[in-house]
Amino acid sequence: MANVMLEVKELTTKYITRFGEDVYAVDHVSLKVEEGKALGIAGESGCGKSTLALSLMGYYFAPLHYTSGEIIIDGRNISGMNPDEVRKSILGKEIAYIPQAAMNALNPTRKIIHFIEDVIQEHELYITKKDIYDRARKLFETLGLPAEVLQKYPVELSGGMKQRTVIAISVLLLPKVLIADEPSSALDVTSQKMVIKMLRQLMETGLISSLIFITHELPLLYNVTDDIMVMYAGQIVEKANSKEAVFDPIHPYAKGLMGSIIVPEKGLRDVKLTAIPGVPPNLKRPPAGCRFAERCKYVQPECKVHSVDLRELEGGRTYRCIFSEEQLRKAYQNG
Amino acid sequence: MADEKKLCLSGSGITKVFGIGRQKTVAVDHVDFNFYEGEIISIVGESGSGKTTLAKMLLGLISSTEGDIYFLGQKRDISSQKKKQEYWKNIQAIFQDPFSSYNIFNKIDSVLLDCIHMRGGRKLPYAKKVELMSEACSFVNLKFEELTNKYPFELSGGQMQRLMIARIFLLKPKILLADEPTSMIDACSRATILDMLMQLRDETGMTLIFITHDIGLAYFVSDSVYIMEHGKFVESGTADEVILHPKEVYTQRLINDVPKIYEEWDLSTV
Amino acid sequence: MKHIIRQVFHSGKFVVGFCIFVTILLVVIIYPLFITDSPLAILGQGTFFPPGIYVSTFDSINSPTTYTLDLNDAAAVRIANKLSSDDRLAIKDWLLVAGIPEDQIDITDTKKLLDQWSSNYDPKKNIPGMTNAKRNYFVRLDNSLKGLLSAEGAIIATKNPETGILEQTGIVNQSDYVNINQVASVRWLPLGTDNFGRDVLNELVKATVVSLQIGFVAGIIATLIGLTLGLLAGYIGGIADDVIMFITNLFTVIPSFVLLILISFSIGQEQRGAFTIAVVIGFTSWVWTARAVRSQVVSLRNRDHVNLSKLSGHSIVHIILTDILPYIASYVIMALILQISSGILAEAGLSILGLGPRTTDVPTLGLMMNWAMIYQAQILGKWWAYFPVLLTIALITFSMNLMNTGLDQVFNPALRD
Ligand SMILES: Nc1ncnc2c1ncn2[C@@H]1O[C@H](COP(=O)(O)OP(=O)(O)OP(=O)(O)O)[C@@H](O)[C@H]1O
Ligand SMILES: Nc1ncnc2c1ncn2[C@@H]1O[C@H](COP(=O)(O)OP(=O)(O)O)[C@@H](O)[C@H]1O
Ligand code: SF4
Ligand SMILES: [Mg+2]
Ligand SMILES: [Mg+2]
Repeated sequence: MANVMLEVKELTTKYITRFGEDVYAVDHVSLKVEEGKALGIAGESGCGKSTLALSLMGYYFAPLHYTSGEIIIDGRNISGMNPDEVRKSILGKEIAYIPQAAMNALNPTRKIIHFIEDVIQEHELYITKKDIYDRARKLFETLGLPAEVLQKYPVELSGGMKQRTVIAISVLLLPKVLIADEPSSALDVTSQKMVIKMLRQLMETGLISSLIFITHELPLLYNVTDDIMVMYAGQIVEKANSKEAVFDPIHPYAKGLMGSIIVPEKGLRDVKLTAIPGVPPNLKRPPAGCRFAERCKYVQPECKVHSVDLRELEGGRTYRCIFSEEQLRKAYQNG
Repeated sequence: MADEKKLCLSGSGITKVFGIGRQKTVAVDHVDFNFYEGEIISIVGESGSGKTTLAKMLLGLISSTEGDIYFLGQKRDISSQKKKQEYWKNIQAIFQDPFSSYNIFNKIDSVLLDCIHMRGGRKLPYAKKVELMSEACSFVNLKFEELTNKYPFELSGGQMQRLMIARIFLLKPKILLADEPTSMIDACSRATILDMLMQLRDETGMTLIFITHDIGLAYFVSDSVYIMEHGKFVESGTADEVILHPKEVYTQRLINDVPKIYEEWDLSTV
Repeated sequence: MKHIIRQVFHSGKFVVGFCIFVTILLVVIIYPLFITDSPLAILGQGTFFPPGIYVSTFDSINSPTTYTLDLNDAAAVRIANKLSSDDRLAIKDWLLVAGIPEDQIDITDTKKLLDQWSSNYDPKKNIPGMTNAKRNYFVRLDNSLKGLLSAEGAIIATKNPETGILEQTGIVNQSDYVNINQVASVRWLPLGTDNFGRDVLNELVKATVVSLQIGFVAGIIATLIGLTLGLLAGYIGGIADDVIMFITNLFTVIPSFVLLILISFSIGQEQRGAFTIAVVIGFTSWVWTARAVRSQVVSLRNRDHVNLSKLSGHSIVHIILTDILPYIASYVIMALILQISSGILAEAGLSILGLGPRTTDVPTLGLMMNWAMIYQAQILGKWWAYFPVLLTIALITFSMNLMNTGLDQVFNPALRD
């Protein structure tokens, strides 16, 4: 069995809002990423993808608070570690995180190489600027980015180039696990493809051991990741390998998401998009039973009574529904 | 068949140049087009290819440097504020970024009321206005009662775009120009938005000009497709022609760039 | 709106600035209610009386009751007070000559010094190299010290109106005291008097009011002009933009302070009232606001919400009022605050150069600085004539700048923490 790079057990984190209310945006999430594997996280906006990504690093700051659960990176349990230590010895080195819209947060008055100097000098005090430059250039070349970018300001780069630069900066310290939150969502298809190519390259060249890739675009996940986890209202509702998750989803919500895929292939024009009606529940007051019940086509009265547990199938596939796999498949066949 | 189609919006040699001297950019470069009534037209191109600039010229929000635009077979005249307002009763738009499309100081009611007023409903009794607004909201699956006194930024991106559609529902223009209406929202809401747009078009028979960088989306929605590269239309035709049998390298590249799931996605081409 | 105001008051900087400013305002509003003297009334015959409580000597002699207090240190304090530092140094010189080792002389210890003096001074002693004048000085010093050390009271004598002869009518003993509350005429001058003998505090309060008024008038005029021109240039664009920007650039090339000096100078001293000066300042300092507003409007003009408003058939006026103005309102308020504080500074600058409002009606902070400088208060060390003025100017501008940064933090999400 391959080495487990990241293991998360029953992680729960919450936001405490300005008004003192608790929002459980990550609710008992467990996951495992093996060495050399990529995990995809899908779900609509507001379902807790970004919060999960932030929580995975073990570095919490208001309004986000740790509640319970464990995070184990390469055999090292980091839950309950003090924040300073996490920042010093974990972030960037063990696990790196590219926040959503990171590329727009670059300080426009500083050249790319200066960001790189900051990152490296934080961890290696006595390195010379020349060494930093050489290291950065080598990394950029490996990733197919022109070295001139180093001497440019963020505004001089196109969106796609900026995003790829951000990714390159985030793997400078050779983290074991990279978490990329919607790295391609604000880009056009061409730039998006370059970002995807780069993520694949990172895995292939061994610069990172494992990848967690967050996006709502299923076709992208399908092309990058080995496993896909679908989140809904802070919980995992289905986890499967990419092929099964895309072509053969079990959970009604996952099924609905797959119905929104558009790819330019023959016969597409006759496909009817299956939009999921309604909106996700308010996480301040999550419903008692199945959180998807309000929007589910197959809802039964008992769905709304007790919280629904994850069911595990053979081969490690899991989903969260009161129905068995056969019952759901039958329901889908009948429309 | 061919003679049944009536020209709705057409243009010849439309050009837009920004800046002068060394800073000159030709955003749109001598494009010609014929958009027919009731059609769904897609304009596809990568970022910076000039799609939004063309859209703004079609809307009359910016003037073109060169070229003429014809509306319903006649040369478009928007020389005065009055004529512009008249023109805008016929053509409306949905913009790319829902978060910057609304005035953050105006409540949702006022957005919808403006539309009723524009259609000449200023003197209607308030109850009738509420009825109209509720109808528009329920068309896009929103509840008007829950929206009154709210501000647009209190909605999610998907809901804001739906509110935009509700606006169009009230205005019932002849032409709707949708500039990447789904690029800023998640895939799940995208399906909902597309669904509603199609339904609205089927009900009103309006001409829909759909701008996108995702050729898959264009194929999914449109009857005819125009491919734009560096301000020029490099290829156009019916959706099937252009997307299933692309002639131009650029079109092929755009098709290749859309992620595939049924076949191998070739990443080596970028 | 309520929400924004609440947020504004959550910003520490704004609250501090606001408190300082309101305190200043309250002081200048409340103070004249109690002290109704004319701020330009000349009280003192002479220049620069130091701050303190002035007690009428005549009234204290004639005070209804005198009290006898036996205070141990009264004599010592009196002598210490009389003995100037020059005298002390002279005593030291004598003692050194008389052969007392230097380390035993402490000129700050009055009692010991006097003891040493009385046991060592000898008027007949001839010191080589001492001038006659110096010798006489020591004799006088000795006499006055003896007078000080005597326990006799001072005699009060009045002229008998019939005989014209002085008759003793009373005696003021060294241990006699009056209660200051029973003295008929006492005047507290917390900041002393200025070169004309006017009460500085009273003058300062009035000057602050006038300077604030000048600041407000100048700030509002500058902001209104800047806002209008900026809006027109930014929104309408085209030729309007070119013309307005040409004028603006003209004004930018000539530094506004130079312009201000020229205009003030050409108006002439007699025509320059405080209000005129405020208007002139306002008319020369709008450039910066106009440029800033214009650039904001240019970027707003291309935003989709403005486009949507156009598509909804709104008129230009409606769009400017509802789709542009609210977005820059916070910015304009901040600019206004800055303009007010720079208006106050500009007035001060002008007045220091002698180009401020004419000096006969009202004081302003700048005029007070000007007077203090003309009469060389800073060289004479009469700090009370200029330092409180400087402090007031600093506090007003500081509080306004604090409020401004506080607002910036609230309105500018990028600076929010
Ligand atoms: N107001 C303007 N001033 C100067 N140049 C402009 C202006 N607006 C657009 N451009 C330039 O015109 C070109 C086309 O821009 P446009 O916004 O039309 O592209 P687009 O196809 O809509 O791109 P996207 O997919 O990113 O929305 C770009 O090179 C852009 O930089
Ligand atoms: N700073 C915050 N304070 C309170 N609640 C928040 C905050 N950020 C996000 N949330 C809430 O947490 C939930 C998950 O948000 P997020 O993780 O950003 O979702 P996603 O990335 O899937 O779009 C949402 O209900 C959102 O409203
Ligand atoms: S538990 Fe019930 S409501 Fe929830 S997904 Fe399953 S069928 Fe739907
Ligand atoms: Mg997110
Ligand atoms: Mg665009």
